[in-house]
Amino acid sequence: MSNAELKRANRKTAIKLVLATTTMFFFGYALIPLYDVFCEVTGLNGKTGRLSSQEVSQMSPDESRLVDVEFVASVGADLPWEFYPLVAKISVVPGAETQVDFMVVNNAQYAVTGNAVPSVAPNEAAKYFSKTECFCFTKQSLKAGESRKMPVRFVVDPDIPRGVSLLTLGYTFFEALDTAGLHPTEHTYIN
Amino acid sequence: MSEAAAHDDHHDVQSTGLMRWLTTTNHKDIGTLYLLFSLTMFFIGGSMAMVIRLELFQPGLQFVDPQFYNSMTTMHALIMIFGAVMPAWTGFANWMIPMMIGAPDMALPRLNNWSFWILPFAFLMLLSTLFMPGGAPAGGWTMYPPLVLQTGDAFPYLIFAIHFMGASSIAGAINIIATVFNMRAPGMTLMKLPLFVWTWIITAFLLIASIPVLAGAVTMLLTDKFFGTAFFSAAGGGDPVMFQHIFWFFGHPEVYILILPAFGIVSAIIPTFARKPLFGYSSMVYATGAIAFLSFIVWAHHMFTVGMPLAGELFFMYTTVLIAVPTGVKIFNWVATMWRGSMTFETPMLFALAFVVLFTIGGFSGLMLGVTPVDFQYHDTYFVVAHFHYVLVTGAVFALMAGAYFWLPKWTGHMYNETLGKWHFWLSTISVNVLFFPQHFLGLAGMPRRIPDYAVQFSDFNMVSSIGGFVYGASQILFVVVVVKCVRGGEKATDEVWEGAQGLEWTLPSPPPFHSFTEAPDPSSITGGNR
Amino acid sequence: MNFIKKYASYAFLSLSVFPLSVFADWELNLPRGVTPFSQEIYDLHMYVLWIMCAIGLVVFGAMFYSILVHRKSRGAKAANWHHSTKVEIVWTVIPFVILIAVAVPATRSLIMMEDVGDADMTIKVTGYQWKWHYDYIGTEVDFFSTIEEKSNTARRRGSNIDPFEVEHYLRDVDNYLVVPTNKKIRFLTTAGDVIHAWWVPALGWKRDAIPGFINESWAFIKEPGVYRGQCAELCGKDHGFMPIVVRAVPEGEYIAWVEEQTQAKALASDQRNSNNLLATTRTDQ
Repeated sequence: MSNAELKRANRKTAIKLVLATTTMFFFGYALIPLYDVFCEVTGLNGKTGRLSSQEVSQMSPDESRLVDVEFVASVGADLPWEFYPLVAKISVVPGAETQVDFMVVNNAQYAVTGNAVPSVAPNEAAKYFSKTECFCFTKQSLKAGESRKMPVRFVVDPDIPRGVSLLTLGYTFFEALDTAGLHPTEHTYIN
Repeated sequence: MSEAAAHDDHHDVQSTGLMRWLTTTNHKDIGTLYLLFSLTMFFIGGSMAMVIRLELFQPGLQFVDPQFYNSMTTMHALIMIFGAVMPAWTGFANWMIPMMIGAPDMALPRLNNWSFWILPFAFLMLLSTLFMPGGAPAGGWTMYPPLVLQTGDAFPYLIFAIHFMGASSIAGAINIIATVFNMRAPGMTLMKLPLFVWTWIITAFLLIASIPVLAGAVTMLLTDKFFGTAFFSAAGGGDPVMFQHIFWFFGHPEVYILILPAFGIVSAIIPTFARKPLFGYSSMVYATGAIAFLSFIVWAHHMFTVGMPLAGELFFMYTTVLIAVPTGVKIFNWVATMWRGSMTFETPMLFALAFVVLFTIGGFSGLMLGVTPVDFQYHDTYFVVAHFHYVLVTGAVFALMAGAYFWLPKWTGHMYNETLGKWHFWLSTISVNVLFFPQHFLGLAGMPRRIPDYAVQFSDFNMVSSIGGFVYGASQILFVVVVVKCVRGGEKATDEVWEGAQGLEWTLPSPPPFHSFTEAPDPSSITGGNR
Repeated sequence: MNFIKKYASYAFLSLSVFPLSVFADWELNLPRGVTPFSQEIYDLHMYVLWIMCAIGLVVFGAMFYSILVHRKSRGAKAANWHHSTKVEIVWTVIPFVILIAVAVPATRSLIMMEDVGDADMTIKVTGYQWKWHYDYIGTEVDFFSTIEEKSNTARRRGSNIDPFEVEHYLRDVDNYLVVPTNKKIRFLTTAGDVIHAWWVPALGWKRDAIPGFINESWAFIKEPGVYRGQCAELCGKDHGFMPIVVRAVPEGEYIAWVEEQTQAKALASDQRNSNNLLATTRTDQ
């Protein structure tokens, strides 16, 4: 190989490898939507679905059995809120829409905005659990000392495997991020 | 070709002093720079390990505060992985690959200079965080959010330091691939390449495939912290576990990046001192490839406890234990190479033999960790700490030491002091086991990792481990003495250096000329690899 | 310098009775634990460990034999073979078979662990920097559990308190997690800030507590007793100081404890309400 040829070959190899590097960088980002798809298919991480009431009305309830649904509530470390379900556990007919209420109290002397994050256990059952109405769809602002009853309407898919007899719906309220994506009380985070 | 190469480096031959090192594009100079840099980082990272072992010498907090302790474990890992082991491999590659494949220099000399000189800046930036408000990063080298987002002023420095380290490694990898693909001497076919070159080629591809993913992940952390994205924040609709998936998608190939070149070095040393060709050359190449492939589909075994569906846990358990098959093939091949050889035990051979035994022990504990249900107990304990130090210290670092002793006479033209070398070996080998073996027991008995203080039932083994640590740390000073003495003088080394040495690098004088092979070597003299 | 003296005598003691102390103080192995799962894990651990030891014996045996016999100083002449497809196939297949022998019982244990159905009760465990919150689902009982004060004082730098003098140093909390024996208890783990991991070795597992997500695990404790553990996932500066203590008691005792807790809670809440009332009246004036 002559020197010029060698230089060209080296440059060509380098360019190909830089392209491969760039591709892999974006592949890292592509993992996020891929992961979401993966979670949706497998129910990994207990991400729950959302349905319209119309879609629910098309489901045919399976009256032959009952599934227990348990409710748990947690609050993020920064949030001066009390948060609890008004019922601990109910039995529902798969395919029938059900409503339960959660209670939230702002114990702070100032208004706070929170954001509720849902999670379902067991993970595998999450894809059979859908909400039609939920306080977790939007941010919730509470004035100083305010308390609020918040409803959740949900439906358990009649296709849910027979082996699953208990579902747990958990919510965690975190302080909502402000427009800059920061916690308004970020200063308390450091240390 | 010779003319052109000489022209390329014309400038460097003229420069002297500091300017020579700053502007050099010569593969040997750059290799030396990498190795010296790596040795410096080995001691900086090592002194952090000494702080850790000092604090753990006995229960109670005597010397440092918990936050600083966490900084020490975090920085120790980052410095040892990205500052000591990875640059050392690149240093070996720079020195040896052109000489092994019969080339005058690396393919992209200017890129080579760049890829080295990024490193000191990256690490100055990382080390400067020790003096910042809020302290150095203390969330562990794995940088899991949300914890890592609580880092103080050091946070952006951490992210950019990682970007620079990554850029440096990728540039090095590109250079190595281009060199091996385009600059082999005629007759040096792929299946004749020495195994060190093979393992490095595969390592280079792992680097190109995995480091950009890490770069993406830390960029997401940066935008989560400063620009309002919520990739990993549950409150914003993101998922903190997703970071762990992306991180370990990089992280598992990364551990093979640290160990594959070690396989290559050991595969060069054992046949030399057994005076017998390497057993199963082609299966060694295929096994390396198989390990590299598997490394991309086992990542979640680092995070069994995050709660995965049963099918996922089973998949990652099966693929993980499967890695034992190609790794086993390698170990059996090394033993078969020794079998019915005519062995002598100079320092490089001693380190290589210790590597085979101790790395295998690390492999055993690795397999145990891969068994998901038992991992629910082992995970995040000192059992894991013992495991990865067996594969990375008595694995990667021992192979580095073996390689350094093996090629020092070639690099300097002098034999090193064999007595001191043997002292270094025996002190290191005994103390490193005193240091890490008891950590298996600590982990099994229930001591979690990354804690600055512990319940009193863990006192005894921690004290033993610390004593081992101090001796191991101190013995490494001997290595510096050996290297300095060897550079300054000593018995003149022959071209071949070792009686059983095979391969093109031993046909060059010791030390080799400025341009390794100005004329392509005679194909019939190429003896490495498959025979 | 007191500790040096103590250590000197301690070291001397442990040396003189070394074989004994190995089995007494120097814990070497995984605990057997007190749940069916932890015992299964222990057996699996020992099984894999022995397999590893056997492989090690063969491989290292061959290697050291070769090192002793095939050395130049003993006049060994090097052979020149470097290849044998047959041998290479054999030592690819044998490890594969061994792996299957490991994977089968491991799969069985894993399926057992993941079967959280038919639990008798549920406890939600929430990790915070740096304490645990326990919520007994379906009852009024919930409380925080933080490191016990004596340990917390002793562990500070410059406290001059000898950890050996503190009972259950770093392994004691103010409020124990009281659970009944012989009941299938379902644990839901989550966190309020960063990731933590809830780990009591005697139960045989640890599980990450992840903010925004709930994870399920279970335990069936056969023997009454106090079982200690701690956070196992780095969670910031006091990660080493958030212990866990589980007290397993017979069912009757447990029911009485829940009753007691419920009454105490009602009393406290009454008090708080009346205080609030007072406060409100005051601001009204």
